[in-house]
Amino acid sequence: MTVPAVEVEHLRKVYGSGHTEVVAIRDASVTIARGEIVGMFGPSGSGKSTILTAMALINPPTSEKVMIGGELVLDGPKALVDLRAFRRQHLGFVFQKANLIPFLTALENVQIALEVNDTAPKAARKRAMELLDYLGVGVRANNLPVALSGGEQQRVAVARALANDPSLILADEPTAALDSQRGRQVMELFAKVAHERNAGVLVVTHDHRTLDVFDRIVDVEDGMIREREIAASEQ
Amino acid sequence: MNLATRDIRYNFGRFVFTTIGIGLLLMIVMGMGGIYRGLIHEAILLVDRVGADLWVVQGNTRGPFAEISRIPGNLENRVRSVQGVAGARRFVSHTIQREQSGKALRIVVEGLAWPEDRGDWVPLLSGRSLRQAHYEMIADVSLNLALGEKITLGKDRYEVVGLTSGMVGTSGDGLAFFTVSDALAIQFDVPGEAVRLERAARRARVENSELGRLQPLLLDRAVGSARGIPALPAPLVSAVLVTLQPGADVSAVRATLGTWPDVTVYSTKEQKDMLLDGMVDKARRQIGLFRVLLIFISTIIIALIIYTLTLDKIRDIALLKLIGARNRVIGGLILQQSLFMGAFGYGLAWFLGQFLFPQFPRLVLIVREDLISLGFIVLAISTLASMLGIWKAMSVEPNTVLSA
Repeated sequence: MTVPAVEVEHLRKVYGSGHTEVVAIRDASVTIARGEIVGMFGPSGSGKSTILTAMALINPPTSEKVMIGGELVLDGPKALVDLRAFRRQHLGFVFQKANLIPFLTALENVQIALEVNDTAPKAARKRAMELLDYLGVGVRANNLPVALSGGEQQRVAVARALANDPSLILADEPTAALDSQRGRQVMELFAKVAHERNAGVLVVTHDHRTLDVFDRIVDVEDGMIREREIAASEQ
Repeated sequence: MNLATRDIRYNFGRFVFTTIGIGLLLMIVMGMGGIYRGLIHEAILLVDRVGADLWVVQGNTRGPFAEISRIPGNLENRVRSVQGVAGARRFVSHTIQREQSGKALRIVVEGLAWPEDRGDWVPLLSGRSLRQAHYEMIADVSLNLALGEKITLGKDRYEVVGLTSGMVGTSGDGLAFFTVSDALAIQFDVPGEAVRLERAARRARVENSELGRLQPLLLDRAVGSARGIPALPAPLVSAVLVTLQPGADVSAVRATLGTWPDVTVYSTKEQKDMLLDGMVDKARRQIGLFRVLLIFISTIIIALIIYTLTLDKIRDIALLKLIGARNRVIGGLILQQSLFMGAFGYGLAWFLGQFLFPQFPRLVLIVREDLISLGFIVLAISTLASMLGIWKAMSVEPNTVLSA
């Protein structure tokens, strides 16, 4: 049996206490296998981003556990590993905005993710270039983010997320700032990455036009996760 | 990959303007140090250059620079008779202010003991030293007098026969070297009417005295030159400069001169200490405190600039944290920018100072030791200033990147 990319069970997140207490996640369980792309849908305020940030190890849950790559990482709010080191070795992130560092070129934006993970500069540069070529933006390697289109920026962000060959990629509404055509291209890119590079991919989105890209879909409502059956027409 | 240089490259214009601001601030800090050094240099310049081993001045005074000293000019003959003394020279020093070409001209008048001292020790830019007992002068270039130019001081006209540079008094006014007799003539010059009135008063006093009635010829003497009246004192000088014989025992000569109740003796070092501890001390402390204040202000300004630059990058820093960058990568980015800013500012301060400081009315003396110490100060304040930015960066949560 293969080890899942991420596994959370009965996750609970509460903000505040007493009469100001707000339950953001009531009881969330989800498992994402390596090589699988999962879409997470839900209305605003349902708790999607809270689940994602808990998995991203930047917003620990109030109770229960987060396991990534078979390793117990968070036991409630308690970190069992160096979270920052764990993030750089095992996780990749893509956001609604590409969030590229404006003073670095496309190539350097990918290269920095490798260098902070102790890859030698020369090797990091070579690997970054390969990733940009793989995602079809190699010709823009030496351009600053300001000179790239929204789609190109998002491809560079995906390349950065892939840099350290993560077991889990977390994407928070990555197509929200893109037109439908470019949005679809990015979603197909995530599917390609999941299947070809054997990474687990969780995409939080509102975009129902790309349902067919996902292997599985989960819905979040009132802080709880429910698995959705995908109709044949959507596959 | 060096993030600091890439950020600077991206925000080059802002970096340049900020660095110029810091550079100008550091130039003022550098200049204050230079003014302080210049003050000391000018204060002890003459004492250094005049080449005396001992200074004999009026008893119980700290003359001739720290306070007025008046001793008879013929004291030099008495000093010459002391064993171990190679030579003694009269020395006159006082400041005058006259008008020249419609502008105020302040001159520190120095009297040289003609004919022993013709000012051969004065470093000349052009012209020559004194060759006659009267009506010649060597002037510092800061007085803006031309070689061959003649100026009227008192009742006489003096020709500039030599030009020197960097010879200024403790107040920064240029020196002019005359013979002692000319320097005294300039110092004690009184209008002709005052002389006539003094002579008439003198005659009246003699006429009314018994001596005048018994010796009527004295009346003619009374209305004559003061120099011809033995009862009147000889001209007074500021000090007598003593040069010792090679190998002479300084303490023995001092001990001998110290037994004379009408004079006080100082070594060259004591003269310098008196100038620095007395006349220059308050100015020195004032400049020193002002410099400390400027360094403090510079630190705050650099800290605020670095803090603002950090705030501008807060999302990038949060992203770096999110992708797992270590604190030293983020701290290094801020510290290196601060150090670059300090280093370039320091270089700019030095470069601009080369052109601006010589234009200042008083000497701004930039010495190697001060440049090195300021370099270390800039290093320290840049490091200190980056702490505020680093603290801010360290307190940023990685999920800040998601909040926008």
